Amino acid sequence: MIAAIAVKEAGRRRHRGGALRVVERNTLAYRRMWLAFVTGLFEPLLYLLSIGIGVGGLVGKIPGPGGEPIPYDQFVAPGLMAAAAMNGAVLDTTFNFFFKYKYAHTYDAMLATPLEVGDVARGEVIWALIRGGIYSGAFLVTMVVLGLVGSWWAVLAIPAALLIAFAFAGAGIAATTFMRSWTDFDFVNLALIPMFLFAATFFPISQYPDALQIIVRCTPLYQGVAIERSLTTGQLQWTMLLNALYLAVMGAVGLRIATARLRVLLQP
Amino acid sequence: MSTPPALRVVEKEWVAWRRLWKASVFQATVAPLLFLAAMGLGLGDLVNKGSGGVDGMPYLVFVAPGLMAATTMMQAAGESLWPVLGGVKWMRTYHAAVATPVGAGELFAGHVLWTCLRVLLSATVFLIVAAILGGVPSLWGILAIPAAVLGASVFAAALNGYAVTQESDVPFAVIMRIGLFPLFLFSGTFFPTSRLPDWLQPVSWFSPLWHTVELCRAATTGTAPSAGSVVGHVTFLVACLALGCWWGVRRFTQALTS
Repeated sequence: MIAAIAVKEAGRRRHRGGALRVVERNTLAYRRMWLAFVTGLFEPLLYLLSIGIGVGGLVGKIPGPGGEPIPYDQFVAPGLMAAAAMNGAVLDTTFNFFFKYKYAHTYDAMLATPLEVGDVARGEVIWALIRGGIYSGAFLVTMVVLGLVGSWWAVLAIPAALLIAFAFAGAGIAATTFMRSWTDFDFVNLALIPMFLFAATFFPISQYPDALQIIVRCTPLYQGVAIERSLTTGQLQWTMLLNALYLAVMGAVGLRIATARLRVLLQP
Repeated sequence: MSTPPALRVVEKEWVAWRRLWKASVFQATVAPLLFLAAMGLGLGDLVNKGSGGVDGMPYLVFVAPGLMAATTMMQAAGESLWPVLGGVKWMRTYHAAVATPVGAGELFAGHVLWTCLRVLLSATVFLIVAAILGGVPSLWGILAIPAAVLGASVFAAALNGYAVTQESDVPFAVIMRIGLFPLFLFSGTFFPTSRLPDWLQPVSWFSPLWHTVELCRAATTGTAPSAGSVVGHVTFLVACLALGCWWGVRRFTQALTS
């Protein structure tokens, strides 16, 4: 009797850190693909140099989130930071997740251990956050070095990037549980590329006609861009709270759906 | 005379593509046009207000040929990496092909040729839409299509040769990120190379994409710096293509005949 309880207890104790085991597994796996990990940072940085500084010199100053004019490179940098958090989280939780789920059968192997479906979903989301945190931290340091940060509020840009990553990671896994084949992943690009280009990342929302502005304001990436831009320029807005709430709800709902769906998919 | 074997390879790709083309429409056609709209119109408006455009031309006119060359390069790269590894390793259709009268060199030629046809289609659609948006002021612009195809073929040949002997696709993402992506952003695509730091400008002369962008821009704007510069760009690209083909045929032969 006591032995049975002890075994049960031990099982539960091991279970408690389950999500972190998934994170540990990903860390180990990526040690062999460190180049693929490190170069993930290149894309936003190169965009910053090319569009922010190269083209930015031709733009000059434009109005910031609070209306005060700021140089274009200071305008586009937080937009790229938000987009990088989105892209990183989505890549990890869609393409990589699908490969592990469908082809590598990584999750079947995980569930043969004391890990539970919830651990898998949470673990992958935490991993996406860690990855996003490292990328956005490095990006913010680059912004400081290049003199593109105008306020101490920018310290909060990293937690904000994590919130963006959380929202897209939750939604990403949830969406992936509905994917049937690689062809369905065209929908991922179909959602990501237009948001990357048009969610006020490269130019202010005032460039659009009113009707389009409303649509852009509803996109998830716009929430992230708005928060990051207010923080790094120091032109704070109260609407940032709404933006943050939007992202938090999106991530939580996504994770909920993902866990429920995975329960069906992985434990028939 | 029977059909050359390389064209048989093209035919095989065509038969497959006829059933699968819908999957490639977004990446090959729609995404480049979204870039054109965002950069040419959205960002372009800011550039025009800020500094009156680039070298006296509206930003849309400046960036349209750059994007045409750069996105076709990316398309050619995408067609030349994963599909080649798929053919030689994952699905082994290349081994099936060389078991027929098709030789390894002809397989290479056929695949590069097919990639050129795909680029031809995307570049044509891009040019038409760019012209409708007002980004192509000159009728010479039609010559930007062969220029883009020539530029893309350079990357297709070299990357086909590279991909055919790889063991996995892990390095492909790295090549895209640290090889092609910097070219995409810094080969005079979005801003003139004269805005690069002095030490970096000579580096851009070695970028095949820079030569392609210059050719496309000369065509769409109808103004070439000099006839000599056009000949120079074409010569450079043809030389790169020849080198890539020589190397690619060798690598395909190594990988598929043993």
